[in-house]
Amino acid sequence: MAIIETKNLTYTYPGGSKPSIQDVSIAIERGEFVVLTGPSGCGKTTLCRCFNGLIPHFYSGKLEGDLTVADLKIANHPIHEIARHVGLVFQNPENQLFALSAEKDVAFGLENLGMPRDEIRKRVDWALQMTGIEELRERAPHELSGGQQQRVAIACVLAMQPDVMVLDEPTSFLDPMGAQKIFEVINELNQKLGITVILVEHRLDLASKYADHVIIMDEGKVILDGEPREVFKSQTARLIGVGIPKATRLWQMLMEDGIRLKKTPVNSEEAAKLLREVLKA
Amino acid sequence: MIEVKDVYFTYTSGVEALKGVSVTIRNGEFVAVMGQNGAGKTTLVKQFNGLLKPTKGEVLVDRVSTRDVSVARLARKVGFVFQNPDHQLFSETVEEEIAFALRNFGFEEAAVKRRITWALNLLGLTEYRKTSPFMLSGGERKRVALASVLAWNPKVVILDEPTIGQDHQQKEKLRQFIVQMNAQGKTVVIVTHDVEFVAECNPRVMLMNEGKIIADGEAKKILTDTEIVAQASIVPPQITQIFLGLADFGLPTDLIDVSEARKALVDYLEERAQP
Amino acid sequence: MSVFEGFRFRRVSSLVHRLDPRVKFFYVLVMFIVAVIFSELLPLTVLFFLQIPFVLVGGVQREWLRSLKGALLFAVMIFTFNFIFTFLYPPVYAQSASPIEYPLAMAVRFLVLVESFSVFFLTTSPDHLSLALEQSHVPYSFTFAFTTAVRFVPVLAEEAQTIMDAQKARGLELEKGSFLRRIRNYIPILIPLIVSAIRRSLELAEAMESRAWGASEKRTNLYVLKLKRGDFILIVIAIAILLLGFYVRYFVYIPPLKALLPI
Repeated sequence: MAIIETKNLTYTYPGGSKPSIQDVSIAIERGEFVVLTGPSGCGKTTLCRCFNGLIPHFYSGKLEGDLTVADLKIANHPIHEIARHVGLVFQNPENQLFALSAEKDVAFGLENLGMPRDEIRKRVDWALQMTGIEELRERAPHELSGGQQQRVAIACVLAMQPDVMVLDEPTSFLDPMGAQKIFEVINELNQKLGITVILVEHRLDLASKYADHVIIMDEGKVILDGEPREVFKSQTARLIGVGIPKATRLWQMLMEDGIRLKKTPVNSEEAAKLLREVLKA
Repeated sequence: MIEVKDVYFTYTSGVEALKGVSVTIRNGEFVAVMGQNGAGKTTLVKQFNGLLKPTKGEVLVDRVSTRDVSVARLARKVGFVFQNPDHQLFSETVEEEIAFALRNFGFEEAAVKRRITWALNLLGLTEYRKTSPFMLSGGERKRVALASVLAWNPKVVILDEPTIGQDHQQKEKLRQFIVQMNAQGKTVVIVTHDVEFVAECNPRVMLMNEGKIIADGEAKKILTDTEIVAQASIVPPQITQIFLGLADFGLPTDLIDVSEARKALVDYLEERAQP
Repeated sequence: MSVFEGFRFRRVSSLVHRLDPRVKFFYVLVMFIVAVIFSELLPLTVLFFLQIPFVLVGGVQREWLRSLKGALLFAVMIFTFNFIFTFLYPPVYAQSASPIEYPLAMAVRFLVLVESFSVFFLTTSPDHLSLALEQSHVPYSFTFAFTTAVRFVPVLAEEAQTIMDAQKARGLELEKGSFLRRIRNYIPILIPLIVSAIRRSLELAEAMESRAWGASEKRTNLYVLKLKRGDFILIVIAIAILLLGFYVRYFVYIPPLKALLPI
């Protein structure tokens, strides 16, 4: 059974003239690493807000269709209940951290849930260790770099041990090296702990090597949904204006010139390997 | 145009952000200042319009030291578009927003009106003339900020991390716009860590690391130099990464653009096909 | 920005810093009460000097002296006001004292009140303080608002600086012009700051909700404040000062300073 399933999900913000997402029907299996992308304004942020219940409980407006996450019908449960199963990491690292030390921030969600102190302590230590930031536990947020802050934010969500982690453009404010580190952390959580990941990203060159499922949206609708290779190689992806990996773009161009590669590459290493075979022959 | 002479800069917090930087930017150049976060890029470009003054050394803009002129006077020549447009927007209408700087610089009302119309047109914002800037989307607000700087026609335009938060199409449009601005004679300086963006326009690159400029030259040469790139902790462009793995075939190693890569491969295979 | 220096959290750990904030607050309350029950210069001066050991052990001399300097202005005002007043309407009990003693006492009382609070805030870190508030059953919404506010002070200060830079780079001259003009010049700085604060609050609210805010009536805490030996010693000292103060006030004659000095 899919861990996230939507059927004809449609949502209009209060006062909005047209829906921000329309007839979205997708299924995400447990343990998948999903990359969600599309041009600005396509509805990916809106969809993320639906996954953890901010829509419709925090933002009013009209939500139609069905959305089930971890066997919960989102419309029927309060946000704090959904928060045990779905964590959401936001774009701006600064505005997710409220406390004066990293470990207090990580404890925040658990304190809200009323957990006993020793349980909180155990989970906080575990989350800090899994994200590799144990030595930062006593630091205040403004003493940390953007990348470190985002890792704290991920630890905050991880401590609640959700089934699903949604990350809405978490590397926007980071440089490529910082972004790389974040993707590695997220990938480890996905591989080691089996947490289903939904990553909204524009940097497809860096993120696609971890993805087993890619969804592309445009103007509120899901346009492409499937395996990364299939999605990126389609002309539609490029025409919508999505920045597909350069490796895939090169493959498309070579196809036009009559040069075939064995597979469609989605990152630079794959492309190099496939080109070697062609050049050797 | 802009001369940086052995500049050192330390923040009041004690952090030494620039450790002996010397560089010259001539009129009409297109420069990308690159490096990882914290390398000193923004600190350096803030010297160009006097927002920061060197702790040691000197910065000359048009032969005048930045220490001898106010920021407002320098701003007339050196426009600075900040990373976050929301740090500038405060007016009731887009029109008023663009007028702000023009009035500060003492343009007369007729000229102000003319320039507003021109700037709105240039950035495709004419329909938003009377709209509140706070009602616009993120991308539109960025364009308003850019329009408000271009309106007073500075000789130099500095853009601090213009690609953050932009999708692929928006970056494309921005790139074309910047190239056009430069072609029309403006000196353009961008601060960015977006290697792909730079790879597609091939400007002069000043690569910084730990407060120093460690490389200065054509983007093609610098971004494909694996040692220098590793030293600055930046990631080389995707195309370069692909061709690094193919060096032993005798293919060029200084490729950064996808069309060039295609051509190189096609040429190689055609040559090999000939007996 | 020097104003914010005082709020910038420095990780100092002295004996005084490690005391339970609730106990320190009790001590300050005692200072308050004892300062109010006396109108004579001698005991008030003693109370003032009683702060000094805490300041020295806490290692906050520089900041304490700075706040003293700031309070001195008001102290002088209080002195002057009281001096004029007692000159015009000399109170009965002050017959034997010199006319400057009562006003001086009032000024010193003010300093004692202000400075004991100053020592409290200088030796208590914000998170320690919020923990104390929580454990004292102050509603969590209040403590949360307090801690979050303190957390964002350096962020807002930096943002204000960035906004000023951005507007200066558009030709805004903050130093020039008449007084009225200069106030108007701050509008391009205030509006982006306020708008940014509103946007930030929305993002924070989203993050809070997403981490189960409001899930449970009984919120637990990662840390807990436990009274230690040092705290009990301070409680004893405070109670002793309180009792001694009342005793001296009602059973001991306090001579005016004039009688003690060879004037």
